[in-house]
Amino acid sequence: MLPKLPRDRLLELCRRMFLIRHFEESLVPLHDKGVFGGHYHLYIGQEATGVPAISCLRSDDYLFTTHRNHGHLLARGAEPKRLLAEILGRVDGLNKGKGGSFHSVAPSLGFLHSSGVVAGIIPLSTGTAYASKALKNGRLTVCLFGDGSLEEGAAPEAFNLASLNKLPVLFLCENNGKYGAGRAVAAGQSSSMAAYPLTDLPKAYKIPAQLIDGIDAGLVHATVSEAVEKIRRGEGPQFIEAQTVRWPGSETNWPSVPHPTDTSLAWDASGVTEKAREWYHSCDPLLVFIRELVEAKQATKDDVAAIERQVKTEIAAAVEFAIASPYPKPEEAERNFFA
Amino acid sequence: MRELAYYEAKFEALDEIMAADSRVHLINGTFLSLSPHRHVFQNLAKKYGDRMMMPPISELGFCGLATGAAMAGLRPIVDLSTGSFIYEAWPQVANEAANAYSMSGGQTRVPVVFHLFHGLRGGGAAQHSGSPQAMLWNCPGLEIVIPSSPRDVKGLLKTAVASDNPTVFVDHTKLLDLRGDVPENDKPIPFGVADIKRAGSDVTLIATSFTVQVCLGAAEKLVKEKINVEVIDPRTLVPFDLATILASVEKTGRVVIADETHQSCGVASEIAARIAESGFDKLKTRIRRVSTLDVPVSYSPPLEEYIGPSESRIIDAVRASVA
Repeated sequence: MLPKLPRDRLLELCRRMFLIRHFEESLVPLHDKGVFGGHYHLYIGQEATGVPAISCLRSDDYLFTTHRNHGHLLARGAEPKRLLAEILGRVDGLNKGKGGSFHSVAPSLGFLHSSGVVAGIIPLSTGTAYASKALKNGRLTVCLFGDGSLEEGAAPEAFNLASLNKLPVLFLCENNGKYGAGRAVAAGQSSSMAAYPLTDLPKAYKIPAQLIDGIDAGLVHATVSEAVEKIRRGEGPQFIEAQTVRWPGSETNWPSVPHPTDTSLAWDASGVTEKAREWYHSCDPLLVFIRELVEAKQATKDDVAAIERQVKTEIAAAVEFAIASPYPKPEEAERNFFA
Repeated sequence: MRELAYYEAKFEALDEIMAADSRVHLINGTFLSLSPHRHVFQNLAKKYGDRMMMPPISELGFCGLATGAAMAGLRPIVDLSTGSFIYEAWPQVANEAANAYSMSGGQTRVPVVFHLFHGLRGGGAAQHSGSPQAMLWNCPGLEIVIPSSPRDVKGLLKTAVASDNPTVFVDHTKLLDLRGDVPENDKPIPFGVADIKRAGSDVTLIATSFTVQVCLGAAEKLVKEKINVEVIDPRTLVPFDLATILASVEKTGRVVIADETHQSCGVASEIAARIAESGFDKLKTRIRRVSTLDVPVSYSPPLEEYIGPSESRIIDAVRASVA
């Protein structure tokens, strides 16, 4: 379902989902051509979780994210061209080329530190929450991590700390392995947790926890809004697990785009290879969202196509900007590691 | 000059720091380990209870909490108590706190202090006698402070809390009862300034932490043998004051380094390498290291005594250096 929001805000959510999708689809050929190296992780398939969830926050709230951070940063309003420059290791990158895909940050948007260690941010998120509580500034922390993060001991230690101290933090676990990567539907979870459902873990620490469908933008928006309200009222931490279905482009060792996204796919996915068709037909949160927009008469197909065209233009400009941006001077490697 | 016990100077520093800056929070511990002076901490707790947090036994969790709180504007001091416990928190200290400033392109500051008691403390056995400062010296992004006197612990703690970088404050329980001069209204001691604890002309004896005190005792005994030892305490490993040491080596031409970290890749090894690289032409004899032997620490008192940088081992090394 659609979030219960006015039309202009729904269209803005739509724009940000498109922005994430086309940004990330543009990364794949850049990596394949060797424009940037190293490992990278895409957020495709999780747009209907991050975009509505992050739209529930105040502008001064803190967010922590992981190696899979591009979608969260773009959902919050980071400039695509500076994020792309960072991924390419360029001087105009968000971190001046010192962080890369794993560690992109945007302190002015509340992203202070992005960790490539899957549970690294979970204790850190209790820290910003502790500071907000001590400074009584009402700032909330949202900690965005994947299901695999729960396998590290940092997660339960942080849950205990957050619960004991009633810290203002939302743990938003994005489980992108609803049916397991590359496996047939209903093949089970992708993480290796004896605690299952995953919500059993935070519940053991008396943190209210719910499991929701991460493809349902309306449900995500309603659930996160309610959790955020409770946290702001001083009720302590909340946990939400949002489940999505793994994008078939992630089935291979390196991401590959099974089919470039286009508005028209929302109504006709017959051109997609058979293997990936089911995902685009029923599990793609972006296509689900735009179908709902049109069905609810919040937008016409042409409106949606116009938003997509504008996003594609912006991404093309971002790619041009990032490629033109110079690398940092080599000597910079041994500078500025102390404040 | 006013004389204080080391633990009193340390608590005076904590009291003054907390009074001056409401962003300072204490996370965990007593800052006195299991010493008989733990009651002193109660005075702080009465004054600043709302800025003190006693977390569960979750070193990884609470070091991360402190690091995150530092990112968001507090200046937390975390007490890990026994130094070996920092191994439980390694990912947060070595991989998050140490890297955050650099990897954010200089945008995110992490003004946190990790406080711990390192070393051979008498019966600590293998798991409570660790000296993690050498491993931490291999993690760029951390400042490492290691005091050896009442005046230094006060002055260095103030600088550590004022620093915008993650700082590891490496203390030693055997120092807590040491008495020494601590002037009233003493200034904070800047990092990267070594202190010549005893001036001498024959041998440069470099030491850290409690071993500085052992070296001062050894130096007095060596006077009878007409060996005049200069004892230098770097006081901070990061940043490191090599200039003061090289100036001493210029004078003496002889170097002994005594330190409680294990020998391989230890603090003495790194200092020896730096002197060899930058001051080899000043040396009249090879550099000698007196480190903790490369074995796990045994419990039984004579075994613990045998492996550490004891006075007798230090004296032997100095004698060999001038022989």
